[in-house]
Amino acid sequence: MSEILLQIDGVNVGASEGMTILEAAQNAGISIPTLCHHEKLEPFGGCRLCIVEVASRGSTKLVVSCVYPVEEKLVVRTRSEKVDRIRKTILELLLAHAPDSPELKRFAKDYNADKDRYEKDASFCIHCGLCVRYCAEVKKADAIGFVDRGIRKEISFIPEIAATVCNDCKECFPLCPTSYLQAAFVLTQALAFPSASSDPAATQ
Amino acid sequence: MEIEKIDQIIDNHHGDASALIQILLDIQSENNWLPKEALRRVSERLNVPSTRVQHIATFYKAFSVVPKGRHQVHICLGTACHVRGAPRVLDSVQEATGIKAGETDLDFKFSLETVNCLGCCALGPVLEVDGKVHGKMTPGQTADVLKTYQ
Ligand code: SF4
Ligand code: FES
Ligand code: FES
Repeated sequence: MSEILLQIDGVNVGASEGMTILEAAQNAGISIPTLCHHEKLEPFGGCRLCIVEVASRGSTKLVVSCVYPVEEKLVVRTRSEKVDRIRKTILELLLAHAPDSPELKRFAKDYNADKDRYEKDASFCIHCGLCVRYCAEVKKADAIGFVDRGIRKEISFIPEIAATVCNDCKECFPLCPTSYLQAAFVLTQALAFPSASSDPAATQ
Repeated sequence: MEIEKIDQIIDNHHGDASALIQILLDIQSENNWLPKEALRRVSERLNVPSTRVQHIATFYKAFSVVPKGRHQVHICLGTACHVRGAPRVLDSVQEATGIKAGETDLDFKFSLETVNCLGCCALGPVLEVDGKVHGKMTPGQTADVLKTYQ
């Protein structure tokens, strides 16, 4: 495995071919905020919160660190005025959808994001895809997927599959940054496969 | 839609998962919409998760997962057609069919949609039925055009 040397926030960091900037940074103990990244899942690059500034061959650009592969002599800055401003806006846009998400609130503090900057559109799901990808990639159950696109994109359980696998799994629940997933599940269950166990007191 | 017909369409594409979109298009054009059983069958036969089939079926505007009529009526509300009176053409079609844009009548005869420019602005206002263009429409003519469809 060839060793690649790069610089992250002024620190020299070694990485191996095919690693992403995010992985290299994490190995070096440098933290970059992420929302849609999960170490067990394929890189997705959906939320853009992990954006960083890189300089190579004389020019700088913004890249998404969880999907951008390391390069020899890359100079990475995980914080800069520009990066912080973009993260702040991303968080403000997401907060318009899920103003009470604990994860978003925590990041909002770090970046001074104002949850009331944009008009509220309480769709709750922020399309991080963690539930959908975890179910497909780790559990290989494909009980939940996305439907539609653009502003109408939503998560949707396949009731026939959910009815047989979800009650014994629910491993995706803690991954959701907004709790919308749990709500969608309870709704699907109530509509498609109500049972004694759909009593809210029993599903805790 | 009968399962044999769906199977036949899938066989035409050798049950190949990479032909998923083409298979869905064929079912759509045969049946005018994609019923749940059809999606389930495609998922089973191609060995593609139903989440994926469902995402694709809802992603593209060419597909419908709600029942559609035998004839697809498109009324152009693009700029050129609009200034030549397309809104009134739309009104007359809504009156003749009894349905609004986005709806299908109870006999499954017509489904009505508005579109934004069909690429033949010189013919505006344009009314398109099952891909056939009826140009230079006036509100008074639409009912006669629709009568030619059974
Ligand atoms: S329901 Fe939650 S985990 Fe799933 S995509 Fe939406 S925000 Fe992400
Ligand atoms: S964590 Fe990189 S795009 Fe979401
Ligand atoms: S605006 Fe109607 S065809 Fe172009």
